[in-house]
Amino acid sequence: MIGMILKIGILDVQGAVSEHAKSIRNIGAQPVLVKHPESLAEVHGLILPGGESTTLGTLIRKYGLHDPIRERARQGMPVFGTCAGLILLARKIEGQDDHHLDLMDITVNRNSFGRQRDSFEADIEFEGLSGAPFPGVFIRAPHIVTAGSDVKVLAIYRDRIVAARQGNLLAASFHPELTSDLRLHEYFKAVIERQCAAECV
Amino acid sequence: MAVVGTERVKRGMAQMQKNGVIMDVVTAEQAKIAEAAGAVAVMALERVPSDIRAAGGVARMADPTIVEQVMKAVSIPVMAKCRIGHIVEARILESLGVDYIDESEVLTPADDKYHVNKREFTVPFVCGARDLGEALRRIAEGAAMIRTKGEPGTGNIVEAVKHIRMVQSQIRKVVAMSEDELVAESKEIGAPYELLLEIHRTGSLPVVNFAAGGVATPADAALMMELGSDGVFVGSGVFKSENPEKFGRAIVDATMNFKDYDLLAKLSQGIGTPMKGIEMSTLSINERMAERGW
Repeated sequence: MIGMILKIGILDVQGAVSEHAKSIRNIGAQPVLVKHPESLAEVHGLILPGGESTTLGTLIRKYGLHDPIRERARQGMPVFGTCAGLILLARKIEGQDDHHLDLMDITVNRNSFGRQRDSFEADIEFEGLSGAPFPGVFIRAPHIVTAGSDVKVLAIYRDRIVAARQGNLLAASFHPELTSDLRLHEYFKAVIERQCAAECV
Repeated sequence: MAVVGTERVKRGMAQMQKNGVIMDVVTAEQAKIAEAAGAVAVMALERVPSDIRAAGGVARMADPTIVEQVMKAVSIPVMAKCRIGHIVEARILESLGVDYIDESEVLTPADDKYHVNKREFTVPFVCGARDLGEALRRIAEGAAMIRTKGEPGTGNIVEAVKHIRMVQSQIRKVVAMSEDELVAESKEIGAPYELLLEIHRTGSLPVVNFAAGGVATPADAALMMELGSDGVFVGSGVFKSENPEKFGRAIVDATMNFKDYDLLAKLSQGIGTPMKGIEMSTLSINERMAERGW
């Protein structure tokens, strides 16, 4: 791993792509925009950004990204979903029969804090992060209603699970890419580095 | 402590819409078609701009019943329009729970001098602009998103091109200026100095900028993206076309893949006739909606 620059993909269909790219550059990794399945081959990890989950879910199927992302994630590629990205990762979405990537053993409630006028900022205690609380930016945010036994809860706000991890999969209800706080991107980078170290032996 | 309605959550909401298409709808049925086509949001209206043009008279905020029906029908965000300066229409829309308010020149202005003070609201606003000065005046009033105006309801892209080109070239000019020149530029274009200084330093508008007013085909939508828009509003273009489902999907694909010309060629085939459209020289100055707003 020494001397190697990590390439972190960002699903580039719609949403807060450039914001994540900026954060990735600021932690010394290289952002790769993933618009086509071929780009997946070169990345060490993938971020599913905030956007509109209904739109993203429709379009990743249409553009042939759904199955390749799912396959690589199941082989161990680290994936970090923020807001809409969390919904894409979930096994079950409350009030819907269908799901998107069905990777993480969680049930989510979409827009669980209300409509846009209820969107808010709040400090979040995030397990495993040192220093001050994390600045949580919640925009029509989902939350995790139930999590499987393999899922580690990382943050709770108003009795709702707002961040969790299951092995190589990381998910947050809020938008670290809208802040200058890089600790969650660093956290994800560490997940990728451990995964790479395990695979490269 | 949770804080609602911050600048960051208002502007952030628009950031989540980037690279997307926002479609005008007048019924719950149309809203579902727009959502299935991949729209990132819908604008709930009583009439699309081309019908507002045809109807004449005073155009006002939509009947709240329509807005509520659309909100119930879809899970994507719902926007609605209030008249320029109509503080109470804006408060009513906020109370209904719409996700974004468009203080729009498509409706008949309620105030010939002042726009709504958008900072007072929890819900975010999008406003139209023809040039950088107008965009920055709206941002100073609290707009969390800008759309270049174009000429609504015409199906003619020429004004939309003019406005996005104008904003982009003025941004490039401000970036290239020395700081000493910014105060004079601020006076020249009627824009707050602090916002000009911010653009000078960052190289871009502080909020997301979509294009509107005249998008009628997938190629039109891709052109707006090519010229630097963050996304596209389609008013009459989808539901005044021959086949709204196909047109809607093609415009979404074209916006998200605007540099993929092979795909654009495919998208432009067999989608039926676009809306008819109006040549600009046939519109008198009184008929031009883009002139509204100050």
